[in-house]
Amino acid sequence: MGAGLIGRKLGMTRIFSDEGKSWPVTVLQAGPCHVVGIKSAETHGYNAIQLGFEEMKPSRGKKPVKGVYAKANVTPKRVMREFRVEDSSQYEIGQALTVDLFPVNKQVDVTGQSVGKGFAGVMKRWGFHGGRATHGTHLTHRSPGSIGQCQTPGRVFKNKKMAGHMGDARITVQNLVVTVADPERNLLVVKGSVPGAKGSVVLIRDAVKGAVKS
Amino acid sequence: MNELMRFQESLIQRKMPDFASGNTLKVHVKVVEGTRERIQIFEGVCIARHNAGYSSTFTVRKVSFGEGVERIFPLYSPKIEKIEVVRVGDVRRAKLYYLRQLSGKATRIKEKRTW
Repeated sequence: MGAGLIGRKLGMTRIFSDEGKSWPVTVLQAGPCHVVGIKSAETHGYNAIQLGFEEMKPSRGKKPVKGVYAKANVTPKRVMREFRVEDSSQYEIGQALTVDLFPVNKQVDVTGQSVGKGFAGVMKRWGFHGGRATHGTHLTHRSPGSIGQCQTPGRVFKNKKMAGHMGDARITVQNLVVTVADPERNLLVVKGSVPGAKGSVVLIRDAVKGAVKS
Repeated sequence: MNELMRFQESLIQRKMPDFASGNTLKVHVKVVEGTRERIQIFEGVCIARHNAGYSSTFTVRKVSFGEGVERIFPLYSPKIEKIEVVRVGDVRRAKLYYLRQLSGKATRIKEKRTW
């Protein structure tokens, strides 16, 4: 398990293949990230590195937070996240990680906080078909219908799909293929969509599964 | 201008001719037949343009054997060899969807005259 990168989702666009096929792609601002802390199995019980991303205004940030960065001799960053790695001894504090980690055609997993939809009904949340529009339907156009049986079992089963809060959850999308990696502008372009709103923080890591399809 | 727009602009590598709705176009499309590639020309009236940088598209309508045919082309698709503007039309709106309801002589668009 290698280190990853912290990034921001910039938005989506399209890319054409040589045959003229159009692919939907997401453009990510990825890194540069600086190593702020290192955790090793001997002292902390597990191997990980802490990465900082995006410069913080000097006027921002509380003293204890700035102290962490001062100790690592890194300028204060706005976002800090921890990445589990196999061997943390090959990283050193202050080291910069860039999009070079993810060459073109490599598969990556991208984690983000999905867009919140609030309290959503079953049609939106689970894709139920709802009720009839006409033929005497009264107040049940978007309702779920029956949610169970009668005396047996006499209860509603656990995990029954119902209305409730939707979105605003931590979601990981696996096996996105890198199509463009621009180290100059720190851009990473992946095929497909990525959870979160434009401008939200995303974590980019090597694909855990990977190489499912070519 | 943000990074996303800059990235999209970097993808635009060729200049497309200026055209608008109401113009009659000849779109040279690359068609692959087996292993051979040839150029097919789709000629018709541009009835809509969707301007969105690199993702821009345009719609061309023609009447083929009495049947109306519309094709939506991505403007920067590598499948488009070139676009020729045959005739510049004088129209009063951006989307000419009203042409779908018309046929024959009524679908004529008068030519734009420059004095």
